[in-house]
Amino acid sequence: MQKLGMGQAVNQALKEEMYRDPNVFIAGEGVGVSIHVNPMFPTHGLLEEFGPARVKDTPVSEAAIAGLAVGAAEAGLRPVVEIMFNPFFTLASDMIVNHAAKLRYLSGGKSSFPLVVRIKSGAGFGAGCQHSHNLEAWAAHCPGLKVVMPSTSADAKGLLKSAIRDDNPVIFIEHMGLYFAQMPVPEEEYLTPLGHADIKRPGRDLTVVTWSGTLGAAMNAAEQLSRDGIEMEVVDLRTLNPLDKETILGSVEKTGRLIVMHEATRTAGFGAEVAAVVMEEGFKFLKAPLKRVTGPDIPVPASPPLEKFYIPDENDLIKAAREILDK
Amino acid sequence: MDIPHNKQIKMLETMILSRKFSDTLVELCKIQGKIPGMMILSTGQEAVGSGVCAALEPEDVIITNHRSHNHLLAKGADPNELMAEIYCKKTGCNKGKSGTLHLAVPEVNAPCTTTVVGATLPIAVGRAFAQQYRNENAITVCFFGDGAADEGSFHEALNLAALWQLPVIFLCENNMYAGAQRYEEHTRVKDMAERAQAYNMPGIIADGNDALAVYTATLEARQRALEGKGPTLLECKTYRCRGHGETDPQHYQPKDEIKAWQDKCPIPRLADALVKAGIIPSSKLEEMESIADNIVQDAVRFAEESPYPEPHEALEDVYVD
Ligand SMILES: Cc1ncc(C[n+]2csc(CCOP(=O)(O)OP(=O)(O)O)c2C)c(N)n1
Repeated sequence: MQKLGMGQAVNQALKEEMYRDPNVFIAGEGVGVSIHVNPMFPTHGLLEEFGPARVKDTPVSEAAIAGLAVGAAEAGLRPVVEIMFNPFFTLASDMIVNHAAKLRYLSGGKSSFPLVVRIKSGAGFGAGCQHSHNLEAWAAHCPGLKVVMPSTSADAKGLLKSAIRDDNPVIFIEHMGLYFAQMPVPEEEYLTPLGHADIKRPGRDLTVVTWSGTLGAAMNAAEQLSRDGIEMEVVDLRTLNPLDKETILGSVEKTGRLIVMHEATRTAGFGAEVAAVVMEEGFKFLKAPLKRVTGPDIPVPASPPLEKFYIPDENDLIKAAREILDK
Repeated sequence: MDIPHNKQIKMLETMILSRKFSDTLVELCKIQGKIPGMMILSTGQEAVGSGVCAALEPEDVIITNHRSHNHLLAKGADPNELMAEIYCKKTGCNKGKSGTLHLAVPEVNAPCTTTVVGATLPIAVGRAFAQQYRNENAITVCFFGDGAADEGSFHEALNLAALWQLPVIFLCENNMYAGAQRYEEHTRVKDMAERAQAYNMPGIIADGNDALAVYTATLEARQRALEGKGPTLLECKTYRCRGHGETDPQHYQPKDEIKAWQDKCPIPRLADALVKAGIIPSSKLEEMESIADNIVQDAVRFAEESPYPEPHEALEDVYVD
């Protein structure tokens, strides 16, 4: 099987979908001629392959990029636009939050907006909080949007292809820390359906629900705990909205214990939603109060020791796991 | 205009210091792990920050962007604290929270560097509003690139500043590129200064590689602002001699174009002018170089010898206690 970084997997998905459907085009700052000539980056080589009519470099103007997607999608095109770093979603957010998410509803179901907003995200680059701020909870809080956050290259490819074919606006958030790790990706055409979590590692003693950049830490923690005879089930959410409650509840029913782990800050983070769902619908399964392992409620600092302090890691998860199991 | 000799000398000193500072950072970036994060420099554009800041008084405010080092040094920020922050050390001007990109130096009235492209303009409107509100004898300058002029914030800020006749200079540092995009690839207007017409404010163009021209244009715009005549859009034409950042291979910038602009370097240009005019003897140049070199070497030493912040210090400074 081919091994790809997540950026390359996204690239492959874009390429396949652009060949399949002439309505698909991509736009964004530097999606064509990029300062990042690195082949590990998602839109590398697409301009050469598809030409400037379908690979549109835009000015630095996020509101226009997002508005372009909204207007073009209503006309039946399938825009895949890029927001360079998650914090700049705020500049695109009028178009996404007030328009992409609402115009179908406002039309009484007459219009649809089959667009994808790809957003690069994640801490770990020493770039500071105006480049590193995970805002998935903002997007997931908007009815009308779907929110996807893959943690492996294979999922990224299958999920992005589904997102492009979906008739709704989809926010597709890529953790840049995953662009470089080579992971197996099937060669043949496949779609990973939106709205389905994936059990990345089965276990019987406790469940960790996670997504995106923190999956790796969860897998490492599970491996280490396993050496001590503790089997942690790792549930990778993959899609935040719609939320796969069934898989979460099924896992908690099996293990009786839940930790939610994410890189974004804690207060009003998406972990709170997962926790609330389990309290409402799975309280009877719980043998212990659930826990959250998240970034602290601070902006992401630039200095390496501070940034490391910010990012929740496997040690934080192992500690929480031992606490919840009381060992 | 007769520019006082001490101002001219100051501009040259600032440019030399700024160049040494960035050349040193280029070298440091080559050493793996020395400097975390990105490195965005303004090599070749030194005349803009130096010319603008020489025309300002200490009470004037600058709001700057991701390409800020030169602006901050010119405004009088402490090189040691800047370097330590770029190194992400505890002794840095922002205790390691910022790193190279969002340096805040309120002590010299440079309270905000924002890396959100286009964000300097509305913030400057607010700062200038405060100056007008309090009847201060001071103005605000905000630096932004040609790319930033495509953000909605540019237009909203210019409109409001013009409407309320705020004491602000919108300083477009047109270095011909926004990321990998050439100027002509992101706008149809020949000069960004043209856009001032839409808001009924003066749109002035200055040679951004001529510190004296930048100085003069800034001084005039400042005077207008102080007289209550409102904002100016001042476009300084210059060139980005290095990549967008230090990992950018500059594949989209023609080699001969870079070379041509390197030949128009603002530093020897002002140096020659000062020597020719008899303002400094040519022997003074070497001395200026070595003073700048010492300042930068001291800053590097200070940064290297400084500790990193302790991890839990990440929790500090989120709120005012
Ligand atoms: C709102 C926003 N969008 C995108 C970026 C990424 N970005 C950083 S600098 C830059 C180009 C800016 O060009 P320009 O304003 O001309 O300034 P220059 O870098 O040329 O000095 C871009 C797109 C950003 N920092 N902020």
